[in-house]
Amino acid sequence: MSSRIDVSIEHRNVPEPPGKRHPNTCPQCSSHYRDDELEAALWVCAQCGHHFTMRARTRIASLADAGTFVEEAADLRSEDPLVFFDLRPYTERLAEAEMKTGLGEAMVIGHAALDGNACELAVMDFSFMGGSMGSVVGEKFSRACDGAAQRGVPLVSFTASGGARMQEGILSLMQLPKTVCAVEDLHDSGQPLISVMTHPTTAGVLASFASLGDVIVAEPGALLAFTGPRVVQQTTREKLPEDFGLAEQNLRFGHIDAIVPRPELKAYVARLLRLFSSNGD
Amino acid sequence: MATDAELRLRERLTRLRNLSLLGGTKVSGELEKLQRQLARIQAAPTGEEIWRSVELARHQDRPYTLDYVSRLFDDWVELHGDRGRADDHALVIGLGRFDGRTVALVGNQKGRDIKERTDRNFGMAYPEGYRKAMRLMELAELHRFPLLSLVDIPGAYPGVAAEQHGQGGMIARSQALMARLGIPIVTCVIGEGGSGGAIATALADRVLMQENAIYTVISPEGCAAILWRDAGEAKKAAAAFKPDAVHCLELGVIDGIVPEPAGGAHTNHDAAARLLGESLQEALDDLESVSPEDLKRRRRAKFRSLGVYA
Repeated sequence: MSSRIDVSIEHRNVPEPPGKRHPNTCPQCSSHYRDDELEAALWVCAQCGHHFTMRARTRIASLADAGTFVEEAADLRSEDPLVFFDLRPYTERLAEAEMKTGLGEAMVIGHAALDGNACELAVMDFSFMGGSMGSVVGEKFSRACDGAAQRGVPLVSFTASGGARMQEGILSLMQLPKTVCAVEDLHDSGQPLISVMTHPTTAGVLASFASLGDVIVAEPGALLAFTGPRVVQQTTREKLPEDFGLAEQNLRFGHIDAIVPRPELKAYVARLLRLFSSNGD
Repeated sequence: MATDAELRLRERLTRLRNLSLLGGTKVSGELEKLQRQLARIQAAPTGEEIWRSVELARHQDRPYTLDYVSRLFDDWVELHGDRGRADDHALVIGLGRFDGRTVALVGNQKGRDIKERTDRNFGMAYPEGYRKAMRLMELAELHRFPLLSLVDIPGAYPGVAAEQHGQGGMIARSQALMARLGIPIVTCVIGEGGSGGAIATALADRVLMQENAIYTVISPEGCAAILWRDAGEAKKAAAAFKPDAVHCLELGVIDGIVPEPAGGAHTNHDAAARLLGESLQEALDDLESVSPEDLKRRRRAKFRSLGVYA
């Protein structure tokens, strides 16, 4: 069986936590808002347009026509195949994430209508362990592809992820080919994937299904990079361009189709859904 | 505790033992191979043994792709360039004769001395490298050559240009292309199977791993830096995420373990090549008669089944 790790000396090199900003304070212009103000503004700063992280359920409520969203596979939960233990056991981290977010995993899937267009939704939540992709996220996305194929509707994904979930080891890497194969099956059924990348979409999620969208859209200022700026800076000591890895740079280099501010996103996706529907109406 | 992997192997063993009428060399060879793999599973490696694999997988004398190519192929023509922008030396592609058939091969290539290491970027491909691999895959599909891929990459390259040229998207599209191919694909991890850079060329019908290779979602150092906040704790990280061949087999991530000469592949390149050649040959023979549609369907089904959840 797996050996437990001695934790007695774990805390010696932990850096001082940086001065914590209130989550409702804009990191760009320092404007501060109440929850209800941000909620009403779709979590976009009214002063400077900064896009705050949006929770999965809020996102779905902002997109789906009232009362149309039906969640699927809500009861899937991660197991702990490696009996993984870093500073704390993986199972404890999972339980804590569920308590904190009220979500069973970092992705919510289901079917809905968007301005009257039926579609399948797969929405990630960065608050659940950094939106990391383990077996459950892979399986949920895979089922969302099947759901879309069976109903004959497009799949719309919203990604927010730090990458693969290290605590599931190599199995988390295997969620890359798994979700890729699911997208290929979706495509074989004749349905598109519309991929909306939100802040941040990095590493394993960027290197799998998120980049396979027939159309790829990003929110302004989102970090979309396989390797984030901090690691690139540390390993190569290269001078980084100002907008390194951001949606704006990705658009300039041809990796995404459009940057769409959050308030316009629903209408934009709905237009795409209409264009992809077979009779075009 | 009997794991699923062990049960699966036991079941296959029992079935093979009962095939008395087919007791030809091939079946008994298979029997022996399964028994060897079962023996390995029963002795799950300890943290120390896992770290030894990490060290052996990175050993500077370990055979690289071209060392195997020169020993296994009767003829070999290396191809160059992604037909777009560059010829990435971190990854080699080409056509060769292997076991009487023409095969297409893609492999990561590290360098032996400082000059070659720099030239090959320590085996870390840029997006251009994955596009070079994809170009070979399309060629192989068109001419119905089986595809071999040898994986030995520390990880995708964390550089400014790699990001600007769309590293994430290229890794995704390389996998997507492999999911569409109707030709047999056999992959073997021959050293470091590092994260996205590895999986970019590893979506195969048969995924093998050499005995002392490692297959990881992130380097042990990277994992330690994030979870332990100290890259020096790499040994603990490796023990925790278990990147060795036995655990990968147990988790269903790979289909078989390729033995190495005693002491590791670096001790005897010829013997290591012979053992690798036997396994590749066997895998290709198995896949030869499967129709393109079935290959694709089974390959996708296999990867879509990976994961543990409740």
